[in-house]
Amino acid sequence: MGCAKWVLVRKNRDMNVIVCVKQIPDPANPGALDASSNTLKREGKLILDESDSYGVEMALQLVATAGGGEVNLVSMAPNSETSGLRTALAMGAAKAVLVSDPALLGSDALTTAKILAAAVTRLGGADLIIAATESSDGYTGTVPEQMAEVLGLPSVTFAKKVSVEGGILKVDRQTEDGYDEVTCPLPALISVTAGVVEPRYPSFKGIMAAKAKPVDEVTAADLGVTLVGWAGAGQKVSSVTQAEARAAGEVIEDDGEAFAKIVTFLEGLKVI
Amino acid sequence: MGINNIWVFAQVANGAPTSGSLELLTKARSMGATVSVWVAGDGAAVAGALGEFGASKVFAVSYGSNLAGVAVASAMKASIDGGQAPDLVMFPQSYEGRDVMARLSVKVGRTVLTNNVEIVADGESVTVTTPIFGGNTLVATTFTGGTPYLAAFRPKSFVPESVAGPAAEVVVVNVPDLGATGAAQVTAVHVEETTGPKLDEANIVVSGGRGLGESAKYEMIESLAKLLKAAPGASRAIVDAGWVPYSYQVGQTGKVVKPSVYIACGISGATQHMVGMKGSKNIIAINKDKEAPIFGIADLGIVGDLHKVLPKLIEALQGR
Repeated sequence: MGCAKWVLVRKNRDMNVIVCVKQIPDPANPGALDASSNTLKREGKLILDESDSYGVEMALQLVATAGGGEVNLVSMAPNSETSGLRTALAMGAAKAVLVSDPALLGSDALTTAKILAAAVTRLGGADLIIAATESSDGYTGTVPEQMAEVLGLPSVTFAKKVSVEGGILKVDRQTEDGYDEVTCPLPALISVTAGVVEPRYPSFKGIMAAKAKPVDEVTAADLGVTLVGWAGAGQKVSSVTQAEARAAGEVIEDDGEAFAKIVTFLEGLKVI
Repeated sequence: MGINNIWVFAQVANGAPTSGSLELLTKARSMGATVSVWVAGDGAAVAGALGEFGASKVFAVSYGSNLAGVAVASAMKASIDGGQAPDLVMFPQSYEGRDVMARLSVKVGRTVLTNNVEIVADGESVTVTTPIFGGNTLVATTFTGGTPYLAAFRPKSFVPESVAGPAAEVVVVNVPDLGATGAAQVTAVHVEETTGPKLDEANIVVSGGRGLGESAKYEMIESLAKLLKAAPGASRAIVDAGWVPYSYQVGQTGKVVKPSVYIACGISGATQHMVGMKGSKNIIAINKDKEAPIFGIADLGIVGDLHKVLPKLIEALQGR
């Protein structure tokens, strides 16, 4: 049957995947807002958002299964930052497009999606685009689906299991009361939940090789996206205030009888 | 002028609107506007519950085997193009809610503000509030583009209040041609069975984290939860590790809980987790590291080995 032959051909074709990666301030350090711009301070060294390491790993595995193809990266970051990109390149990605432009300061999620979509187009598109469900610093959580709409692609968000068989994407998608099995032809975009795969650690060889891998640095204007940053944002920060802090209570060291303190505490609340 | 026409996207789970959706309906009603509700799927099944909380009209998008997000967003866009544009669309911070607002945002060329806990309308101007840095800083953001304004809210931001209204009128809406964006199709639906109280509605929540050491030790959390008629929960770390399903996760990317009592066992208190539980009335924490951030918000903190404390606590409760 013609159909079977087509499937066979698809199985052997290369698979090109683009992963959206964010470079963020180390979450181990307390975050801060820049007092003049009310944006998150991102001037120090940035690292690969851990949430994105799952997408990079997923992409590498899908390309390996297909038997050929490339994993490429797109990222938007200030100050020509590449530290986080180098981590993903060291894991095995081939090259990256980095959009770095002071004009992008204050960009909203919609502008970010337009920029990343344009960066994907600059790479010539891909069979599959992968993003995390949300970043660990800004966590707006809409950019992947917005990118899909900008690119006119189908998308499957909150993927917790992903495979590609005969050019068809198969995904288990997290839902409110369980999960859905979803199929989708390529090209498509997915957002993957943390834990979808176990990210590899970059090898020493990978780290060395990453230093020489190409990073194509461009501006918003290079991508043809105008009205970016605060000028294009449909929002402005009107105030920043401190929330009322929750006071700490009693802290005791367990002397073997601490369980009784818990029982007394629960009794006091009349829940037991 | 002002905000006269509000749409609320209601998330349906297990055949009923989620409490987060009813909260938004309550809030929208209090803003003095005409409020219409959008749902994905069977409108008749939820018309009673939505009407009880004040909805007069429900637009039910019959999305078939499409993914709900792209289908509802396209139906909303068609309605807007047909002259029914709302001033504001409110979304719960749910899976479908996030998909709908993201797609709609591009279709109407408007930004979307997410993770909000408050909204204030002052004439034409709408300002929403988002907690950041684990909730210790509040950022108020005002929409500056044109309407419709698109805003998403965390669960437990408002208190749902019934007005004992009659069942809402259901308007079935067909999905416009989705083109390539409609290529993803649902082939099977799986509902995960849960027993005991629901995590986001339970009076007591007992959560376990990495401090449990291994997957099998989560049984202690389940035993304690059962004795206290509590819901068992988890930190992202052990969900990512595959010890318990995602539906157990408490935190920024999981459920937001505000029970009377929250018992955190072997959870250090990463920002991601604290966001999801710091609204609890009483917090008990057990952790072997006395520097763990969770002790900073606990009403009762036990510095100790949970493998020693929990078995004794379970035994004491069993004996009652």
